[in-house]
Amino acid sequence: MASNTNFEKYKSDGSLQGNLLEWFDARFPATSMWRGHLSEYYAPKNFNFWYFFGSLAMMVLVIQILTGIFLVMHYKPDASVNANGIPVAFASVEYIMRDVPWGWLIRYMHSTGASAFFIVVYLHMFRGMLYGSYRQPRELIWIFGTLLFLCLMAEAFMGYLLPWGQMSFWGAQVIVNLFSAIPLIGEPLSIWIRGDFVVGDATLNRFFSFHVIAVPLVLLGLVAAHILALHEVGSNNPDGVEIKKRKDVHGNPLDGIPFHPYYTVKDIVGVVVFLMVFSIIVFFAPEGGGYFLEYNNFLPADPLKTPPHIAPVWYFTPYYSLLRAMVWPLFGIDAKFWGVVAMGAGVVILAFLPWLDRSPVKSIRYRGPIFKTLLALFVIAFAILGFLGTKPPSYAFFGVIPGAPVAQVLSAFYFLYFLTMPWWSKIDKYKPEPDRVTM
Amino acid sequence: MALLFAPLTALASGASVHLDKAPDVQGDKAALQSGARTFVNYCLNCHGASFVRYNRLTDLGLTEQQIKENLMFTAVKTGETMRISARPEEQKIWFGAAPPDLSLVARARASEDGSGADWLYTYLRSFYVDENRPTGWNNTLFANVGMPNVLWQLQGQQVLNKEHHLELAVPGTLTPAEYDKQVGDLVGFLVWLAEPDAGFRKKIGFGVLAFLVVLFAFAYPLKKAYWKDVK
Repeated sequence: MASNTNFEKYKSDGSLQGNLLEWFDARFPATSMWRGHLSEYYAPKNFNFWYFFGSLAMMVLVIQILTGIFLVMHYKPDASVNANGIPVAFASVEYIMRDVPWGWLIRYMHSTGASAFFIVVYLHMFRGMLYGSYRQPRELIWIFGTLLFLCLMAEAFMGYLLPWGQMSFWGAQVIVNLFSAIPLIGEPLSIWIRGDFVVGDATLNRFFSFHVIAVPLVLLGLVAAHILALHEVGSNNPDGVEIKKRKDVHGNPLDGIPFHPYYTVKDIVGVVVFLMVFSIIVFFAPEGGGYFLEYNNFLPADPLKTPPHIAPVWYFTPYYSLLRAMVWPLFGIDAKFWGVVAMGAGVVILAFLPWLDRSPVKSIRYRGPIFKTLLALFVIAFAILGFLGTKPPSYAFFGVIPGAPVAQVLSAFYFLYFLTMPWWSKIDKYKPEPDRVTM
Repeated sequence: MALLFAPLTALASGASVHLDKAPDVQGDKAALQSGARTFVNYCLNCHGASFVRYNRLTDLGLTEQQIKENLMFTAVKTGETMRISARPEEQKIWFGAAPPDLSLVARARASEDGSGADWLYTYLRSFYVDENRPTGWNNTLFANVGMPNVLWQLQGQQVLNKEHHLELAVPGTLTPAEYDKQVGDLVGFLVWLAEPDAGFRKKIGFGVLAFLVVLFAFAYPLKKAYWKDVK
């Protein structure tokens, strides 16, 4: 069964509640939605822990929206300076931290939630790569997912400007300036984005608007599309075999179990474990060692004082490394432009995975040594790119191995992994897939 | 030849600085009160702490009466913030740069080299006499800093010796050990000031985790019970 099945309307047993539900159900697809998406949505029974991260991403989204609503009640997107010489926006965040009852908790949940969102989403995406969840017929789920990832990046980037600290300001300044490298339209485009010649009050106000309204709306719409598409074709699983091929007499997949109650009770366990880790950070290490809240961001934005080293927040750093790896002005166009192209391409290339992967099996369980080796190298490369992105370009490992050329080699590997996939995914060795899922 | 390359190797190894470890006095109310006293007497003339209200100091075990009588020199009501009367524009003209607000300094000064407390603790003990500076003071941690050593009467006067190490040339009213203690208290106060709710935050963190452990003790058997037939 899937979400598109027409379920019978609810028939009252004559009780008051029954009559009410019948009336309601005749006018709204309550029963059909409940059954199609939860109580009769059949999910493979062999999900492992990797399958927690989808529902966790949704929960973090809820945390971000709820805490965001309360932050907006006290936050002021105003770059002007108050009587004490502090920008109003920066001061309003400290007001939340000190004078608003439980404001510190709401704010730390939101700032930790931003990092948690990316941790959970990166793991969710990696799950897709492990088990081939992007393969036919789930290409569209994967494309919606890539768009969600792009939106999440935009959301995080604009949200990071709002506290109006040094890193907020200079990070935004650096990233928006990148657009000025686009030939011909670059300069007017970057001014158009900022609404000013430098990042200023106009930028802060529009980023605030985008962060609290525009992007969240798109995010929610895409989440709905992501899940509707998933429920249309059904979930993949760690074996990468289609459970819909083997059905019982009622037409339900033999290896499927209703999402509710089985996966609702299982996801509650995942949520509790996640909340434990989340709480440890929120209550005991909200700065995340300077990675979740950068130390420099406790200084108010000062357009006249450029920090010695401007690093984006950790979740952008792998892509920031791709950007910095481009140092050659190809075709007479500024290297910065090619950096922007590389960074954008690094995300967009993910959307093509369904067509780049030519393997006859989906899951890593039945794939060969080439895939396993390259995927492991890909993860290592991604992590090192992320690490190097937090460091200045002059960084050297142990003071001797220069980081910049390492980042360039790994960036090349990042793209080659995808671009050569049609070839190596075909020649790899494979084990035969089982008929049914294994537990 | 080696001398020629010395600055290069210094650059390549990164400007990592040694910071002295600041004592942790967060649980010690007497130390924090002493730090508050040093702060209002020596810092609050040029630096504000404009996010902090005076009555917040009740967290340190002081009564509003004590705060009013001992720590408030310019403000009238205990609900006011620890501002200074000089305006930042004026200070910029007088000093060249407005002295920064110190509410968050202990968090902002943290780095890979050490905590913000370590930085402040080292900084406040690294001033030396330098006739080439307009204030007559320089600092080994923060070269050519605009701030003079406001605690010099307590510390005395340090100078740089031939090995470029700090040396106490003229003793102050405090012994070096007493001075370190007083600076340690002041830094402790600045750490508290940067996040007055930090102690409370950790305290309820344990409660939240305890609740989650109990929740897990219910959630996991519930999952097991539902799943016992799934094979």
